[in-house]
Amino acid sequence: MACILVFVEQRNGNTRKASLEALSEAKRLATAAGWSVCAVIAGHGIAAKAAELGAWGAGRVYIADEERFARYSSEGYAAVVRTATEKCAPAAVFMAATALGRDLSGRVAARLGWGCLADVTRLALDGGTLTATRPVYSGKAFAMLDGSGKPTVVTLRPNVFAAETVGGAAEIEALQAVPGEIRAVVKEILAKEGAELDVAEADVIVTGGRGIKGPENFALIRDLAKLLGAAVGASRAVVDAGWIEHSHQVGQTGKVVSPSLYIACGVSGAIQHLAGMSSSKIIVAINKDAEAPIFKVADYGIVGDLFQIVPALIEEVRKLKAEA
Amino acid sequence: MKSCVLMAHVPDTASVIKIAGSGNRIDDADIKWIISPFDEYALEEAIRLKEAKGGTVTVVTYGPERAQQGLRECLARGADGAVHVKGGEGTFGDSLAIANVLAAAVRKVGPFDIFFTGVMGVGSDSALVGAMVAELLDVPHVAGVVKLEIGEGTIMAHREIEGGAEVVEARLPCLITAQKGLNDPRYPSLKGIMASKKVAIQAFAVADLGLDESAMAGADATCRWKALTLPPAKSGGVLLKGEDDPGGAARELARLLREQAKAI
Ligand SMILES: Cc1cc2nc3c(=O)[nH]c(=O)nc-3n(C[C@H](O)[C@H](O)[C@H](O)COP(=O)(O)OP(=O)(O)OC[C@H]3O[C@@H](n4cnc5c(N)ncnc54)[C@H](O)[C@@H]3O)c2cc1C
Ligand SMILES: Nc1ncnc2c1ncn2[C@@H]1O[C@H](COP(=O)(O)O)[C@@H](O)[C@H]1O
Repeated sequence: MACILVFVEQRNGNTRKASLEALSEAKRLATAAGWSVCAVIAGHGIAAKAAELGAWGAGRVYIADEERFARYSSEGYAAVVRTATEKCAPAAVFMAATALGRDLSGRVAARLGWGCLADVTRLALDGGTLTATRPVYSGKAFAMLDGSGKPTVVTLRPNVFAAETVGGAAEIEALQAVPGEIRAVVKEILAKEGAELDVAEADVIVTGGRGIKGPENFALIRDLAKLLGAAVGASRAVVDAGWIEHSHQVGQTGKVVSPSLYIACGVSGAIQHLAGMSSSKIIVAINKDAEAPIFKVADYGIVGDLFQIVPALIEEVRKLKAEA
Repeated sequence: MKSCVLMAHVPDTASVIKIAGSGNRIDDADIKWIISPFDEYALEEAIRLKEAKGGTVTVVTYGPERAQQGLRECLARGADGAVHVKGGEGTFGDSLAIANVLAAAVRKVGPFDIFFTGVMGVGSDSALVGAMVAELLDVPHVAGVVKLEIGEGTIMAHREIEGGAEVVEARLPCLITAQKGLNDPRYPSLKGIMASKKVAIQAFAVADLGLDESAMAGADATCRWKALTLPPAKSGGVLLKGEDDPGGAARELARLLREQAKAI
């Protein structure tokens, strides 16, 4: 029976949601095709996390639980994934297209001599062939691609595939991975203050553009974001002006996002910005210029002064929340 | 320090994308080609390293004839040498094939102490080639670097992760993929442009590197772009007037988001 191996990422002992999405998608595809699903997890003191993965669809979980895997290294984790592939000979290795997954996938693929379908947003498994759809040219086009009939690595874009438990139990198997010498080592993790939600992971994003006039007015954007449980996004113009850090930037040279709700405030909608967010499910634009290109991609738009609209919107959302 | 920069020559970010007759490529007709934006950060970092510690900067690209334009621009910005591996039409979209060609080219013209790529190439949007080349060359890599310090035989790099940064120490030789924020790339100077014209670009065919491009594009392919489509145009958006009655417009928007879009 063919198998999909899913690399499950954990950070500080917490399984990443995006990995559960990848595991769920593997399970959906495998169930329909009569394939099996294995998972592989690396870290230290993560036995309980490994056991939980059965409920998410893994029939077998390979676990590399050692001090030297406590922190991520591409060389160490690539050795773990490779060792797992030697156990179950998968037709595909799935992982989430997170910062870690995007770092690891290329190294794993090259080590296995496999191709990689990166940052995919849709998958199909027909007659044993895995086909992926993914945005290219920063979302200006969609490519349908396959692994040319060979085993392949696939990274799945976070927030696109549903995570769902199926209620099962996994067999756990300890993995002896020998990474050799690890030449790039994480020395320290600098967490950003307040541990803000990252745009790449958020289901709702409220973005401020140059129309907010100054860095102090991100407070207004933050208020709306907080109310909606959203991440704060930014156009490149405000990042380059130093109003907010680059990690918030959405677009061609920022992050490509597809949340279920994207609210753009004072953003003109330059092609490089649209590239990063046009695949969002619902797009809302607030701009005083009725001709702004952002309205061309918006599902809902308000032409007006954001300094009047956004506070009023905060009020209205608050009221709706209170009623609910 | 001998630095090597891998540069992809890509469609300008402002390009309007059309699909070619083949159905799985973009139509090149009206495209302006540029150095992939993240590769500008890669090149700039290599040039700064040379300015600070001495050494050379060699830029390598794998692509069709027009990619020479990109190499000329890199030379004008301060690179010392340029290597052009000609080809790439058949292996388009296959990151591992591209990485194999680049690794072979680097072996031929190297050795190098440090390698730079962009974190992601515009168009492919894959963020794969850097780590793949590093693996093929058997060197460590750090991806998405926003800050870099070079020590004696080691580097210290900050890389962006969700909600923060990782500080990574790596042994040289090492490959760095550059993220925005690493530096502010310079423009070519007039003097640089003049000087760059005198530099001979080293050109190779893929076969000169001991690889068979038609096999890589055929039986040995690891990723194929089967079809390319344009996103469906959005229509039927609701536009509310908020100039005179901002409160009313906001109320209506909140209602639509709740009842119609079910988004809040
Ligand atoms: C290689 C390259 C890569 C790029 N990558 C990116 C990228 O990743 N992301 C990105 O965003 N951009 C990117 N850009 C830049 C892009 O071209 C635009 O310059 C940028 O997106 C503009 O940002 P903005 O919309 O905030 O500013 P502007 O274009 O200045 O728009 C401000 C908008 O605010 C509106 N406004 C002003 N006051 C108010 C008010 N009181 N109420 C309501 N609305 C108001 C205005 O009508 C206007 O539409 C890139 C450019 C290049 C060349
Ligand atoms: N054809 C190419 N020639 C030289 N460098 C390339 C090529 N393709 C990709 N690269 C490098 O690899 C990086 C990542 O590309 P990608 O994996 O396609 O997103 C780019 O920013 C370049 O630095």
